[in-house]
Amino acid sequence: MNSLVQTPKTSARAAESTPHSLHPKVVAKDVNVYYGDKHALHDVTIDIPEKAVMAFIGPSGCGKSTFLRCINRMNDTISIARVTGDILIDDQHIYDPKLDVVQLRARVGMVFQKPNPFPKSIFENVAYGPRIHGLARSKTDLEEIVTASLQRAGLWNEVKDRLNEAGTGLSGGQQQRLCIARAIAVSPEVILMDEPCSALDPIATARVEELIDELRQNFTIIIVTHSMQQAARVSQNTAFFHLGILVETGPTDQIFTTPRDKRTQDYITGRFG
Amino acid sequence: MSEHIVSRFDEELKDLARRIAEMGGLAERQVDHAMTALTRLDTTLARSVIDDDRRLDLLQHEAEEMAILTIARRQPMAMDLREIVGAIRISNDLERVGDLAKNIAKRVIALEGQFQSPKLLRGVEHIAELSLAQLKNVLDAYATRDLEQATEVRDRDGEVDAMYTSLFRELLTYMMEDPRNIGFCAHLLFCAKNIERIGDHATNIAETVHYVVTGELQLDERVKQDASSTTTVAFEG
Repeated sequence: MNSLVQTPKTSARAAESTPHSLHPKVVAKDVNVYYGDKHALHDVTIDIPEKAVMAFIGPSGCGKSTFLRCINRMNDTISIARVTGDILIDDQHIYDPKLDVVQLRARVGMVFQKPNPFPKSIFENVAYGPRIHGLARSKTDLEEIVTASLQRAGLWNEVKDRLNEAGTGLSGGQQQRLCIARAIAVSPEVILMDEPCSALDPIATARVEELIDELRQNFTIIIVTHSMQQAARVSQNTAFFHLGILVETGPTDQIFTTPRDKRTQDYITGRFG
Repeated sequence: MSEHIVSRFDEELKDLARRIAEMGGLAERQVDHAMTALTRLDTTLARSVIDDDRRLDLLQHEAEEMAILTIARRQPMAMDLREIVGAIRISNDLERVGDLAKNIAKRVIALEGQFQSPKLLRGVEHIAELSLAQLKNVLDAYATRDLEQATEVRDRDGEVDAMYTSLFRELLTYMMEDPRNIGFCAHLLFCAKNIERIGDHATNIAETVHYVVTGELQLDERVKQDASSTTTVAFEG
């Protein structure tokens, strides 16, 4: 009985997961970033697979956050920043002048290091995005989106009885999951996370990591982290940046056991900072 | 390799490596002494081999504990992780080598007063020399992280196996020639098997050296040349 039920299920899953991990969702070609005269990022070329977690690691100032911010054009907000090269999401150039940046940021959500809920109710924090992007046709629609997003972010059971209380009144870990709920409420395709757990305690961190692992079924996730252990735990692929150069990228298992480049080896084994 | 930012981590790794080096030296000596005890039927030396095995067990225990603590404290990655995993594996192999030397020493005591012609011992001496050389070479390969030397050791294990198979035939023949040889030769056969197993542990260590250096596990099966389990000698008497 068991085997009759389970066998087709597993084979279907295997067939489904293989092409996902091979297909690149985000493709970067020769990306350079300058802050005024400073050349911050040199010729970054990388494929980021769909529905998988990609971790960016490297010492402070190595360019990993700079590159992350190119993917939703956050660097546009810095007047002296200049980006050259190509970044494509599903074969569409995101630096195309005709592209609507607001639309892009709905497709590419972002979660920051410090949880930053709006000074509004828990419900409003999540409802804001779908409302301004016109994703809900009715109040019921909106309520459904909010509920589903909070459920997917693993926060629903903790907040369902106090949706009208301020989001800022939650604990740090809950606030971060609220920000993740807010990010997924607009059904993005890619979620960027810039050190999402560095302000959280180990238990809240574990909850967020568990959530990341669930979210990769539906989203392409790119996470910048200073914790090598976190990169090893949550990601399928890892990219190592150093001094503005993408040194090495590959399957996480390989990067953390047999890195090819000496700089990667030195960094992950704690030989330079 | 440059040093870690946390210098205590380097010290921990060095301590662990020292422990393994000490185990290696001790294991080699134990095998050497066990063989000398056998060829001279020296029960005093055999007893000291049996006693000294405790030291090897203790070192293995300590090495394992140090390795576990270092993993818990430092969350080692890449070559550091391989280094520590390698140390755990090698300490297990060396501890087993010590047990095998002890088994040989125990048989020396059992053989007391049953002296037989020295020709019966010659084959066992031969295989012991080869196994001991394998052990020595692989420990050198580990100390210097010499991939080539480790590969040589791995490739030569077939010789030990082949020698064991021919020794098996030889000892069976002696037993058939003269039933008074049976007791002595039966013990020698077990000694020979123990020595052949020491060669296997040397091969395991060679594979671990390969893993530590390259990060690749050697999966291709070696050709086993120990055919003793299917060997028969026809009785011609």
